[in-house]
Amino acid sequence: MLDKNGIAKRIAKEVKDGYYVNLGIGIPTLVANFVREDIEVEFQSENGVLGMGPFPFEGEEDADIINAGKQTITTLPGASFFDSATSFSMIRGKHVHLTILGAMEVAQNGDIANWKIPGKMVKGMGGAMDLVASAENIIVAMMHTNKRGESKLLKECSLPLTGVGCVKKIVTNLAVLDVKDGAFHLLERAPGVTVEQIKEATEGELIVNGEIPEMQLS
Amino acid sequence: MINKVVKNVSEALQGVESGMTLMLGGFGLCGIPENAIAELVRLKVNNLTCISNNAGVDDFGLGLLLQEKQIKKMISSYVGENDEFERQMLSGELEVELTPQGTLAEKCRAAQAGFPAFYTPAGYGTEVAKGKETRDFNGKMHVLEKAFEADFSFVKAWKGDAAGNLIFKGTSRNFNPNMCGAATITVAEVEELVPVGELDPNEIHIPGIFVQRIFQGEHYEKRIEQRTVRSREA
Repeated sequence: MLDKNGIAKRIAKEVKDGYYVNLGIGIPTLVANFVREDIEVEFQSENGVLGMGPFPFEGEEDADIINAGKQTITTLPGASFFDSATSFSMIRGKHVHLTILGAMEVAQNGDIANWKIPGKMVKGMGGAMDLVASAENIIVAMMHTNKRGESKLLKECSLPLTGVGCVKKIVTNLAVLDVKDGAFHLLERAPGVTVEQIKEATEGELIVNGEIPEMQLS
Repeated sequence: MINKVVKNVSEALQGVESGMTLMLGGFGLCGIPENAIAELVRLKVNNLTCISNNAGVDDFGLGLLLQEKQIKKMISSYVGENDEFERQMLSGELEVELTPQGTLAEKCRAAQAGFPAFYTPAGYGTEVAKGKETRDFNGKMHVLEKAFEADFSFVKAWKGDAAGNLIFKGTSRNFNPNMCGAATITVAEVEELVPVGELDPNEIHIPGIFVQRIFQGEHYEKRIEQRTVRSREA
């Protein structure tokens, strides 16, 4: 079973040379730490920066330079700043190649819910609705089950939707799955996790074709 | 040169009344019009509709107006950092219109650019699209979103001049440029008001035509919401 860093490490392998990548808050943010050093990638943050670098050294924080999680960051050579409308032109206009975001629920038809629990938690969708509606290459990074042990890979989302039919790939602490033709397709198992365990933790329809390899993390 | 300078924040906010719709720039606490917000608190205007990506934190930014119950309705994309906000919203005291961030930005830009409405794919099939016109373009469904209509727009820039020209710094730019000229009156506060001619026309982000009033803010706290650093050994 993977921890959050493990999920990020596996997703980092999906990041290819020449990609502009938008990372959501939470596990997706960790992906930047594991991207191969021999490829050129630029990270976009929807609050208005392309070419995000690591956190600043202590004492070098700048209140005017943050990411979408409101964390202080630095920029790399070649970086640029822009306004919010321009930022979403990059996203809506499909100029960003890969979007990695978290989710509370994903349904087997690709629906995603990650912004609201009615009557309980309403934080808002931020940029998630724009991202999932436009991005062609979306990877969801999340735990396979919630804190109560219930599956987050469902037949149908129970929470208010963020987008419809948009998720194509999911990486969880247990597995890598494709979402297509109205079902979850098991591609890889996390180290030490059996197909049975994945079936157990998946409420939606799970297709298992042949031998399922273990994830390669390095 | 048409001079837009007003002498202080109270002159800048002349005409602001209870019940108005206000736009306020900023992302989190980054690039918020701190001086205008403080003046709104002093003016005790209420029943306000505020268009702003976030709602500040409990004791800073728009959180200051929420504490005084001056806001009737918030139009935002993300409000997760403010307990008082969540409490007022869940109890029904505060009306909230959550709007996808890109749509929020575009509703500002549309108002600035004179477009009454636009189609976006964001929010299709979700509660955001409820009651809105939808339309298929090239096999993909879109939602019709209308431009904002606001009385005042409060933005914060790094540098500006008497002509109202503005330059922003880092990610404090965010919604600020999109809100310039998107309301009846745009009030820009700047960290540094420089003499006309000092800003290179090639490097101006927002031309003065979009700004009606400009002043140098008295003090900027520029609070950091999430201070994240790395150690020097790493």
